[in-house]
Parts: sequence; structure tokens; C-alpha cells
Amino acid sequence: MTDPDPDLLLHATGLTKTFGSFTAVDGIDFAVERGESFGFLGPNGAGKSSTMKMVGCVSPVTGGQLRVFGQDPATHGPQIRARLGVVPQKDTLDEELSVEENLWIYGRYFGLSQSEVRARTTELLDFAQLTDRAKSTVEPLSGGMKRRLTIARSLISRPEILLLDEPTTGLDPQARHVLWDRLFRLKRSGVTLVLTTHYMDEAEQLCDRLVVMDHGKIVAQGSPRSLITQYSTREVLELRFDTDDHAQHGEAIAGIGERIEVLPDRLLVYTEDGDAAAAEVHLRGGRPMSALVRRSTLEDVFLHLTGRTLVD
Amino acid sequence: MSASVGTAHPPTPAAWRAVFGSWVTAYKRTWRGSIFGRFLSPLMFLLSLGLGLGSLVDKSTGGVDGVPYLQFVVPGILAAQSMWVAMGESTYPVMGAIRWNAKYHAMLATPVGIDDVLLGHLIYVAMQITGATAIFIGVAAMFGSFGSWWVLLCLPITVLTGMAFAVPIFAFSAKQETDSGFNILFRFIMTPLFLFSGIFFPVSQLPVFMRPIAWVMPLWHGVQANRSLALGSPDFAAIAGHTAYLLVVIAVGGWLARRAFTRRLVV
Repeated sequence: MTDPDPDLLLHATGLTKTFGSFTAVDGIDFAVERGESFGFLGPNGAGKSSTMKMVGCVSPVTGGQLRVFGQDPATHGPQIRARLGVVPQKDTLDEELSVEENLWIYGRYFGLSQSEVRARTTELLDFAQLTDRAKSTVEPLSGGMKRRLTIARSLISRPEILLLDEPTTGLDPQARHVLWDRLFRLKRSGVTLVLTTHYMDEAEQLCDRLVVMDHGKIVAQGSPRSLITQYSTREVLELRFDTDDHAQHGEAIAGIGERIEVLPDRLLVYTEDGDAAAAEVHLRGGRPMSALVRRSTLEDVFLHLTGRTLVD
Repeated sequence: MSASVGTAHPPTPAAWRAVFGSWVTAYKRTWRGSIFGRFLSPLMFLLSLGLGLGSLVDKSTGGVDGVPYLQFVVPGILAAQSMWVAMGESTYPVMGAIRWNAKYHAMLATPVGIDDVLLGHLIYVAMQITGATAIFIGVAAMFGSFGSWWVLLCLPITVLTGMAFAVPIFAFSAKQETDSGFNILFRFIMTPLFLFSGIFFPVSQLPVFMRPIAWVMPLWHGVQANRSLALGSPDFAAIAGHTAYLLVVIAVGGWLARRAFTRRLVV
């Protein structure tokens, strides 16, 4: 079957993946349109990578229906993969080869001619800011450079969808920002981005729309802003007390704000006005070591939905 | 629902050539050391076994079945060397491409399918065996190891012998979690085969119960066919039989390798 809408690039209904008795992806529904930047947010083990591998047509679907470019991965795997760019969670670069050789051999897998591959390599190394390292072997490059090379490599076939599985996990803050900048440029040039992450700031930076996953299921979806509005308050007051047990302080300030979350190392007070809440804590005799007012983030959404933080 | 992602399509020339090309690109970085070893290995065998041991054998018994020991032993060692090359090319590189650097995974994320990955890599291995065999024949010929120009036909026979090891070992390597299995392969299969496949003495010297082991394994067939050619009195019916046997082993190995690769890489 083919989907009538050519701009509906990804469409999953009841998508399921099991490994033996373990269910990694538990009947999820989602759709991604051309030009969108779509994210799967969730902790490790939520089923994000399994979903990405099914979309990437390297892992067979166990149940439900998946259409990529309107086609079925079970019957049109090679045709679909020809139009995808894949940035796997773990770099699969050939470390003994040079930066440019990695791009050359990869381009050949897509059936591109040698001259075409070489022309695109020049262009992509410039995009990935690796031109001066073209002849260097991959092994000594920094983590951020390897990641940029993996992204450059995934673009050699000029894909319509770029699949990024945890693109910045393990990178230092500066390298992450360089990478986000490159991804943002791609998005502006019209490439559809589909990514997984367990960083809420990454999801906020890059995603127009996202789904929150936990234990193989989608627990919420929407734009980053709408999720925060729906599941959290405008501000959060973070309180740290000089104690081993924050729960008793939680009882002392019960009723302040809309909701209180007790974490092992701090209390979170969800409220429209953080400063007013802090003043009220003080009035009730609370003397925290520190009190910080911040805006709500996706982390708060996740905490509210699952009772756990994203990165433990 | 079929558990497929279309990786099982028949190999396409552009795809398997790209896979082959990637292995060649990697080889270009290390070929100097590898070529040196390819020349050294026949030299060592020729000097020690062919000339050293050979002169003793010839002095005391007048050779094996009336043939100088050098000419008896070298065609067998030629077959054995292809087994060693096959082992080197199809153990660690295959396990590494699955477990360490995920080279195969990178290929399979593109339009390339399992059969392309397998075929492209096997053709690269065949290229390595062909190169090593050609060098061996050239070096050994300079020492007068062969009695006939028929030795040129030893090249395809030896490549088939090597592939009859490489292809099943691909299946074996794809299943390994650690490299300890390779030690077992090396110590308990390759080394006994090397010693008891009629290379250094005819299989008829073996105890009766051991002979079938030599007959079942591919090495003996390569040794017999090579020797028959190199000594200049080829028995073509026997050679055809040996060749057919090697082809059967390659075919069965190919089926096993395809199954092992699919189970390992498409999950």
C-alpha cells in the first residue's frame, strides 16, 4: 500500500518490537511530515533506539504498521534506505581510514559514481568543518569531530530524512553546540530531522515536535512549549536543605505552589511565581541551603509523567 | 508479518563492488607488510621442509613414491598456506566488523544488503588467497619445486581450497562472542589438519581410523589435486572429484554464512 500524502514521510500505527519475551517498543503511533524536526525523548531503555532501527530499515518490525516514504520496510528496505541518512548511537566509522576515505567508501554503498562522491566529499567536509583534517586518519580525532564526520557521512546520499540516534551523547558542551548549529542549518535547508535524545535541552533546541517515551510507550506528545504548558507550571522553585531526607521538609511546605516533587537531593515546587513561593517558604520558617527559581523544562514534564528524572 | 527489512535481496553488482572496494581501501594502508609476509612464508617452508628435511628423506629413501621430497611436499604446503590465509582473513576481520567497529552495520544502513556484504567480503578474501598463492607458486618454482607447467592449474585449485575454509569460517566467526573460539579452531582443527592431510606423508601412512577425517576435510582434496597437477601426471577424473567436493563445501558454507550473518545482523 502507498500513502496518498507524499509529505507524510513517516507513519507508524501500533508499532511494536519484541526481543523474545521483552517488549522494547509497545504499540506506538506517530507521524512525521516533510521538513519537520521530530524527536523521541526518553531515558535509556525507553525504546527510542529500537524505534529508530525499525525506521532505518535495519531491524524488522515485530507488529503494527510502519510506512517510510509511504513504503513498507519489509518489502522496500533498500529503496527506503537509499533515501535515509543514518547517524547511529555509536559511531561506525572506519578508524584506520582517513576522514575523506570514510566518505568515499560510504558514498559507493549508495551506488554513487567515484567523481560524484569526491565532489560531495569536498562540500561535506566543509560543512562539517573538517576540511583541514581530510587526510588524517579517524582514530585520533576528538569525539565531536568523529560525530561531525558521521553526520557528514550520512549526508553523502543527500537524504530526505536524517535519523540521529542520540547525536550528542558523550560530547562536551562546546562540541554539542557546534553540532546543534550544524543540525540547525540542515533543518533550515529542508532536511527532515528525526532524533532521539535523553537531553531535554537538546529536544528543546532541535525539535518542533516530540514524543516522550517510557517503557516502550509514548506517554505524551506535542511541541516542547505545549508539553511544558500542559504538564508543568511556568516556574519551578528548587530547594536544597541541609538534610539526608528531603521528604520531611516537603511536608513542612505542603500547599505552596501547585505541586511539590521530592527528589533525593532537593525539593521542586511547581508554581506560577517562584519568588512568591520562596517568600512563603521563608514565612513558614523553612531555611533552605539554596533556593533557585527557574523556568520549567521538559525534564519537569518527564518527572511529572513518570516520577523519574531523565538522566540518573 | 515477515521478519524482513529487505536486506536479503540478491546481490547487486554496484553494492557488492562497493563492499569489496571498502576492504581494498583498508588493505591499501597495510599491503606492504602483508606482501612481505606472503614472500617470507614460502621461503621458510622451502628452506626448512623442502630442502632441509627433503635432503634427508631423499638420501635415506629416495623420496616419496619415487618423487623427490621437495616436489612431494611443496604442492601440499601450497594448499595448506591457503588454509592459513583463509583463516587469517575470515576470523578476526569478520568478528571485528560485527563486534568491534560495526563495519557491517554501517554498510547495512545503506541500500547494501546481507548478500552484498557477504559476497563483497568473500571476493576480497579470494583476492588475498589468489595473491598469496601466486607468490608462493612463483617463489617455489624458482627452487625447482614443480615438475610440470600443469602447476599453473594449482592456482584455481588452491584458491578453491582456501575458500572452502574461508566461507564456513565466516559462518563460525559471525557467531563468536569472544575470540576464544578462534584458538580452538586454530589448535584443534587447523593444526591437526596441517599435520595429517597428506602434506608431509601420504594419508595411507595414517592409522585406518584417522583416514576418513582427512578425506572429509577440504585440505586433503586440495593437497591431492595440487600434487597430481604439479608432478606433471594429472589424473583429471580425480581432480574433477576433488574440485567438486571443494565446491560443495563452499556452497554449504555459503548457506551457513548467510544464515549466521542474517541472524547476527538483522535483529
